[in-house]
Amino acid sequence: MSETAMSDRSPRPLVEIRDLRMHFPIHAGVLRRRVGAVRAVDGVSFDIHEGETLGLVGESGCGKSTCGRAILRLYDITSGSIRIEGDEIGTLGQDALRPRRPRMQMVFQDPQASLNPRMTVARIIGEPLDEHTTLSRAEKRDRIYELMDAVGLNRNFANRYPHQFSGGQRQRIGIARALALNPKFIVCDEPIAALDVSIQAQVVNLLEDLQDRFGLTYLFISHDLSMVRHIADRVAVMYLGRVVELAPRDSLYGAPLHPYTQALLSAVPEPDPDLEASRRHIILKGDVPSPANPPEGCNFCTRCPQAMPICHRIDPEMREPRPGHFAACHLHDPDHIPTAGSTAANDQPQQGE
Amino acid sequence: MPDGASPILEVQGLQTVFRTRGGDIHAVNSVDFHLQPGELLGVVGESGSGKSVTMMSLIGLLPSPPAEVRAGTVRFGGDDLLRMPARQLRDIRGARIGFVFQDPMTSLNPVFPVGFQIMEPLRKHMGLDRAAARRRAQELLELVGIPDAARRLGDFPHQFSGGMRQRVMIAMALACDPEVLIADEPTTALDVTIQAQILELMKDLRERLGMAVIWITHDLGVIAGIADRVMVMYGGQVVEQAPVRALFARPQHPYTRALLQTVPHVTGARAERLKVIEGQPPVLSGPPRACPFRARCAHAFETCARANPARVAVGPDHDAACFWDVDRGAPRHV
Ligand SMILES: Nc1ncnc2c1ncn2[C@@H]1O[C@H](COP(=O)(O)OP(=O)(O)OP(=O)(O)O)[C@@H](O)[C@H]1O
Ligand SMILES: Nc1ncnc2c1ncn2[C@@H]1O[C@H](COP(=O)(O)OP(=O)(O)O)[C@@H](O)[C@H]1O
Ligand code: SF4
Ligand code: SF4
Ligand SMILES: [Mg+2]
Ligand SMILES: [Mg+2]
Repeated sequence: MSETAMSDRSPRPLVEIRDLRMHFPIHAGVLRRRVGAVRAVDGVSFDIHEGETLGLVGESGCGKSTCGRAILRLYDITSGSIRIEGDEIGTLGQDALRPRRPRMQMVFQDPQASLNPRMTVARIIGEPLDEHTTLSRAEKRDRIYELMDAVGLNRNFANRYPHQFSGGQRQRIGIARALALNPKFIVCDEPIAALDVSIQAQVVNLLEDLQDRFGLTYLFISHDLSMVRHIADRVAVMYLGRVVELAPRDSLYGAPLHPYTQALLSAVPEPDPDLEASRRHIILKGDVPSPANPPEGCNFCTRCPQAMPICHRIDPEMREPRPGHFAACHLHDPDHIPTAGSTAANDQPQQGE
Repeated sequence: MPDGASPILEVQGLQTVFRTRGGDIHAVNSVDFHLQPGELLGVVGESGSGKSVTMMSLIGLLPSPPAEVRAGTVRFGGDDLLRMPARQLRDIRGARIGFVFQDPMTSLNPVFPVGFQIMEPLRKHMGLDRAAARRRAQELLELVGIPDAARRLGDFPHQFSGGMRQRVMIAMALACDPEVLIADEPTTALDVTIQAQILELMKDLRERLGMAVIWITHDLGVIAGIADRVMVMYGGQVVEQAPVRALFARPQHPYTRALLQTVPHVTGARAERLKVIEGQPPVLSGPPRACPFRARCAHAFETCARANPARVAVGPDHDAACFWDVDRGAPRHV
């Protein structure tokens, strides 16, 4: 696949990920010898355009958070390339990363756990300003107030502590903090998962408003497929460390190509009893295999309702059956000639250059 | 649903308060509901609305202190569960009313094999001997779709995935053929694909075993798929109750309406902007003297601050606790 294959060929994307791998070593025995690796992210490629929201969905443990954290270089990645505004950060050391950190931020799932309980809201929001700017005290205070206004928090609460806020308000604090340094790119890792249904919409609308206002680009990680349909422009579906399908929102939800995406979407119950009575749900058998020991061939072959003999031997390559709509599945591989022992497609399915 | 038959469970005027250092929390206020034989009653509401406390109160599972069930009756068969000796209630709990909770790890004991944990109640409540209990335990694991059941009886909870543990929990709850199954957010912690497996299993089990079920969830999609009747809770109260189709087609309480409008869908039309319910759920620090939803309600008017609306009939087997008639757009005549 070419460099531009995962994008829609418009101007240079803000974020370009190529063949990203993040493997965690598994140690065992008294000598703690390395006996294997959890392949949490195992060859992921995609682009995110400026001002766009890319949704990243998939079952628990498929590697969504690891992928988001690796892109922000919260890990030393195993291999691959991460470019932000054309600037390669995949290989940089932490010192070189530091001045680049303000451009890329993260909003976490659990607003409770991600905020220091002993710090006031003002200090939490102001902390990145202390670390990365030389603003005066008064300037900092003004900036903190400005941020609180932007996320809809009452300025009078600046000296309160996180536990004095509701879940939705705590998430606003986390968002204000992420915005402090005027980032261009924000990884939102399940930002609404811990919130009540009636509060989720408030936070999602806020994220959309902030995106319009500050021209933000989001990687929106979620297992809530309905909410991703609402917020994302394009969607990447992950399974067992890989992106198996990537498409514009309407194309993905309207006509999913990969059997896993089809099963995932059909499993979401719709809040409509008449529709539910007539809908057929694809019920997948069994659980996701361990990322320490992924199956041979297609990652999904152990659960796929449409698996064919070839699927157990050969890893399907990412294809583009429709313009801008990518899927890695032999069903969408018109010219694959199944030959026993073929390794051509086996190693690096996401690299064709 | 066998309508008209007398309810298998009938709750009236249930009131539960937590006495904490920060003051009393009025978690459940005058809750009334009933469960018909064989039906599935869905209970929805946001977190803190009193769903779990209501169900735990019925069956005496709340720690006291701090919990205090202050009032109410819970008719089950000919008895009142709230006025029953603890021993007798324990027997009912193990055998005639089964439970499944959100997090199976908190209810499964990590140090015993699951087979042993399923066999325990069988031996205690049904007087089965070891061999018979073992056979039944294997049968139950097969019933809930655990492959290789005979071998897995010896496995410990951590050796099962989240979805499998929830199946084990369901197997345990069904062990003694309960008349009522109470499931408290049993699929909330699971992936949608695994949730779909469990919901399918549940439909199948109900067809085969015919027990009545109370299914707590905050997911309106789950409710739409499995419930016969729905009860909506808000601020420790039941604010609306209706057959499932009526609830989705003609919601009569402003909270239910707003909730249905706020959730996005995976199919059908897609709104550019999500509708929101402004504000936050109430703090339940005192007995309710006004409508608990008034701070967030688009229709609130003077009366709503002066009194707590009672549930009034708004359709066949359909009631709502609201002073406003959403269809007419005017205060309700009562
Ligand atoms: N630091 C780590 N060391 C070892 N394994 C890890 C580490 N972090 C994540 N993993 C493993 O990597 C895989 C992917 O984890 P990740 O947290 O990215 O999943 P996720 O898709 O975000 O799941 P969820 O929906 O539950 O948040 C899992 O098998 C996880 O157990
Ligand atoms: N052990 C407890 N001590 C004090 N308050 C409690 C306790 N358990 C529940 N509550 C309170 O009771 C109310 C109802 O809780 P709960 O029934 O668990 O809500 P739901 O199940 O609907 O999310 C909440 O305000 C909650 O904070
Ligand atoms: S490649 Fe084969 S196993 Fe994999 S998703 Fe396609 S059909 Fe299923
Ligand atoms: S009683 Fe009043 S405040 Fe409460 S839901 Fe009805 S209209 Fe709204
Ligand atoms: Mg995660
Ligand atoms: Mg609960």
